Formats: sequence, C-alpha cells, structure tokens
Amino acid sequence: MSTDTVRAHDHHAEGTHDEPAHGTLKGYLTGFGLSVVLTAIPFWIVMSGAIADRTAAALVVLAFAFVQIIVHMVYFLHMNTRSEGGWTMLALIFTIVLVVIALAGSIWVMHHLNTNMMPMTVEAAGALP
Amino acid sequence: MSTQAIGSTTGTAIPDFYVREEEHHADGGSTMLGFWLYLMSDCFIFAVLFATYAVLGNSYAGGPGPRELFELPLIALNTAMLLLSSITYGFAMLTMAQGRQAATQGWLAITGLFGLGFLGIELYEFTHLIAAGAGPWTSGFLSAFFTLVGTHGLHVTFGIIWLVTLMIQVAQKGLIPANRRRLMCLSMFWHFLDVVWIGVFTFVYLMGVL
Repeated sequence: MSTDTVRAHDHHAEGTHDEPAHGTLKGYLTGFGLSVVLTAIPFWIVMSGAIADRTAAALVVLAFAFVQIIVHMVYFLHMNTRSEGGWTMLALIFTIVLVVIALAGSIWVMHHLNTNMMPMTVEAAGALP
Repeated sequence: MSTQAIGSTTGTAIPDFYVREEEHHADGGSTMLGFWLYLMSDCFIFAVLFATYAVLGNSYAGGPGPRELFELPLIALNTAMLLLSSITYGFAMLTMAQGRQAATQGWLAITGLFGLGFLGIELYEFTHLIAAGAGPWTSGFLSAFFTLVGTHGLHVTFGIIWLVTLMIQVAQKGLIPANRRRLMCLSMFWHFLDVVWIGVFTFVYLMGVL
C-alpha cells in the first residue's frame, strides 16, 4: 500500500519539474541580453581605465561577474528551489560553501606563508638541494 | 512492504534484504539530478585550479606577467563566441521542445561552430604565448594559467565531441526521449562551461591586466 502513495507522489513531482526545464524564448533572450551588458561593462572598465583606483576597479569587475553568474544560473541553467524537489539547489549551496572554504582558505594560508617566510634570492633558491 | 516480501518467500530459504520494487522509477528519471551532482564535482576541480592560480598568479620567476601577455580584444572575442554558443544551444532546446528535429540539428551545428571558434582562438592564443617564450614551463604563474584555461578548453573540446555524437544520434533515431534527455544533459554541461568562463575572464584576464 505504501508503494501506491510513493508512485503517485513520484508522478506528481515529475509533472511539476519536467515542464520548465526547457526554458522559454523570453527567458533565454533576457538572459542573453543581461549577459552581454554584464560582460561588456567590465571589459570596458578595464580596457578604457575608467576607474583609476585598481582596488575599486577589481571589486566592481568581481561584482559584475558575481551578478552574471547568477543570471546564467537562473536563465540558462534554470536553477530554482523547486527543480528535483529542491535537491539541485541544496547540492549547489553545499558546493558553494565548500568552494568558498577551499578558495578563501588557500589564498589566506598561502598569503600568510608568503609574507612570513624569510626572503630568498634567486641564487639561494637555485642552490637548494 | 519489504517485511511482507520476507514473509512471502515460500520455497527458498533465502530472505530478501532489499526492496524489490524498483520499476516505478521512470527511465532516466534521476539522470538530471545525477548529472547536476557531476557538474558540482566538476566545480571542485575548477575551484582547486582557481585557488592554485590565485596562489601562484604573482610568481613570474623573472618571466613576463599578465599585463605584457594578455590581449583583451582577443579575450572579448572569445567571450562573445562562448556567449553566442550558449544562446544558440538555448534555441536548440526550444526547438527540441517543439519537436522540430531539423531546426534542432541546425542550432546544434551553429553551437558547435561557435565552440570550434572559441577553441581556435584559444589555441591561437596558446601558440602565440608559447612562441613568445611564455610557455607553461616558464613560471608558476604561466603553469597555473595554462592548467586552468587549458582544463576549461579541454572541457569545451569534449563538449563538442559529445555534441557531434548527439547530432549523429538524433539523425539516426530522431528526438526520442533518450536523446532529449542526453541533449538536456549536454545543455547543462555547456551552460556550466560558460559560467566557469565568466570566472576565467574576470579573475584571470581582466584582473590580471588591471
């Protein structure tokens, strides 16, 4: 008797998540338009040198990339909280957490190693065993 | 249900320790989730390569740095190639949903051509760098650069091989459910590579030249 309810539930779930997976023409065109703008602006900022301060320019360029990744996720990869019963979103969040730990941890640790190691000349490095 | 199955084994003395009702899963019903999990594991590969580049990106070993090497107009053209291939793959998915096989094949072919264009420009850039004495053996920066960008290029290469394979499959069998499922998987793969490329052109090229 439990299989019947499971089957009915499965069928229901399939009916809801199968439909939007292809996307719509409007969705693709919106995503494409946004991507073109979000790509062109950072290239223009860097190539024209519009923002003189390097740190500020880097932060702006990174912010554009962040927004563009979300645009691609939503309009091209059709990410939402409903697909596959929410498991794709859960896997994505888990991945983002691990990626942030790996990236931030590596950069942090190696930066400290670089700054705290004794300076070494090229000749001294070449004489190492 | 399973307890009942154990009780109902009459002749044989072997009890069932597993659930036997597996057939109610639709064929390929869990493929999309499984493929998404593969893409997430691929994400880790790129995360590690990005971290390596972040650590080694300033180690020039007396060799040339990103400001002398990278040509942004070329990278902009490359980005346009990949972006256009993304939207044309989207059109292929839309025509596939309408069941128009010839149009799907056409859009897939255009997508493949844009992918080849991307690869051609990337290989031109690589040979150009190596000819200028900036091969992957020159410095830690260039080793990390070639590994990261090369791994992405390798993914695009396999994506194109997969695309051609699926075009042959569709030509032979039509837009059957199995082929639709495969095309959906390649769609996720292709758009995922575009997402990775956003990270590459921002983090490696734009911030390198900045």
